[in-house]
Amino acid sequence: MGIDPVVLFFVFGLFAGLVKSELKLPPALYETLSIILLLAIGLHGGVELAEQASAALLGQSLLVLALGVLLPILAFILLRGLRFDRVNAAAVAAHYGSVSAGTFAVVVAYLAAREIFFESYMPLFVAILEIPAILVGILLAKGVSRDTDWKELGREIFLGKSIMLLLGGLLIGAIAGKEAIKPLEPLYTSMFKPVLAFFLLEMGLIASGQLGSLKRYGIKLAAFALIMPLIGALVGAMLARFMGLSVGGTAMLATLAASASYIAVPAAMRLAVPEANPSLSLTASLGITFPFNILIGIPLYLALAERLIAWGF
Amino acid sequence: MNAHNRTLLTVICEAALEHKLVADLKTLGAPGWTLSDARGSGSRGVRSAGWDTDGNIRLEVICSREIAERIAEHLQARYYEHFAMVCYLAEVEVLRPEKF
Repeated sequence: MGIDPVVLFFVFGLFAGLVKSELKLPPALYETLSIILLLAIGLHGGVELAEQASAALLGQSLLVLALGVLLPILAFILLRGLRFDRVNAAAVAAHYGSVSAGTFAVVVAYLAAREIFFESYMPLFVAILEIPAILVGILLAKGVSRDTDWKELGREIFLGKSIMLLLGGLLIGAIAGKEAIKPLEPLYTSMFKPVLAFFLLEMGLIASGQLGSLKRYGIKLAAFALIMPLIGALVGAMLARFMGLSVGGTAMLATLAASASYIAVPAAMRLAVPEANPSLSLTASLGITFPFNILIGIPLYLALAERLIAWGF
Repeated sequence: MNAHNRTLLTVICEAALEHKLVADLKTLGAPGWTLSDARGSGSRGVRSAGWDTDGNIRLEVICSREIAERIAEHLQARYYEHFAMVCYLAEVEVLRPEKF
């Protein structure tokens, strides 16, 4: 089993960006690719969900919601320990409590390539995990203050692009069912990997741009961006074991808990906590955590899942 | 040619502010506005518009001097401190004064 080619696309993008190559993908392409990926993940989940929905799902969803509240608090404690000021610690913590749909797409492809089963309702957990971290981040930054425009924020959080696409895909898949969705199947079978490859090329280019600003923020931020995903993965994996998920499901929830948002949260935080430095969060989540998860994290979290199950957790 | 004086207010700021600014313009009585995507570099570093969080918008309003000053003061009080934003006023000539 060599290195997955989609990961090589990411490395290629990183390299091209770091050597300041002229290579640029049109911004609209990135948008298009992420829309296709999110819809495909949602659709696939929805089709399977219609086949195997159960009452246990509700309880599990609540546990995942609790995970979304716990993660930013852990991140906040760690950041305060590293001497970050309260506002910036809260903003970065919100990014780490939320999830990265791009990382999720990679773990889907990774498990599929190894033919490892995972629970079909995982995309639902992605959508659930997007929400609480932003609220917790705002509360950590300024408590319940009166100048927060909750209406605007609510729109930003619940009607954000990625949540909409995931839930829309889930619903369409669940309503249409396996037979009717057949003509669209290539979206999450043969087409998924090529789209993911181009997406990761663009992500590599973007991440390389973020690495440049790492020099400004130094070792503390880098340390956090490497330690936090490991803590998150451990917490996520333990919760998955408690819920009795499969090996694949455990690896996935660990990956989700390890990942940090770089789209939904930055936009929401910019409006809700403008005094926080946005490039601090983006440098950590895009420049360090995302590449770390793609290159090292995901195989590590799968190994963690296998080890936990072997130990009888 | 029969030209009339009006004030052009130009705002260049983070794309994240779009919804808020449009709501502000409505309440402050701007007669209309034009929005476009922008990119550039300033005291807050390069904003390449490579993607969502890194984009700028350029907002242009043609209106009376009084409304332009009201909007500019509001922007300064509300956004200058924490957001990447510049705004400037210029005198322009228009042909149909009733529109602005």
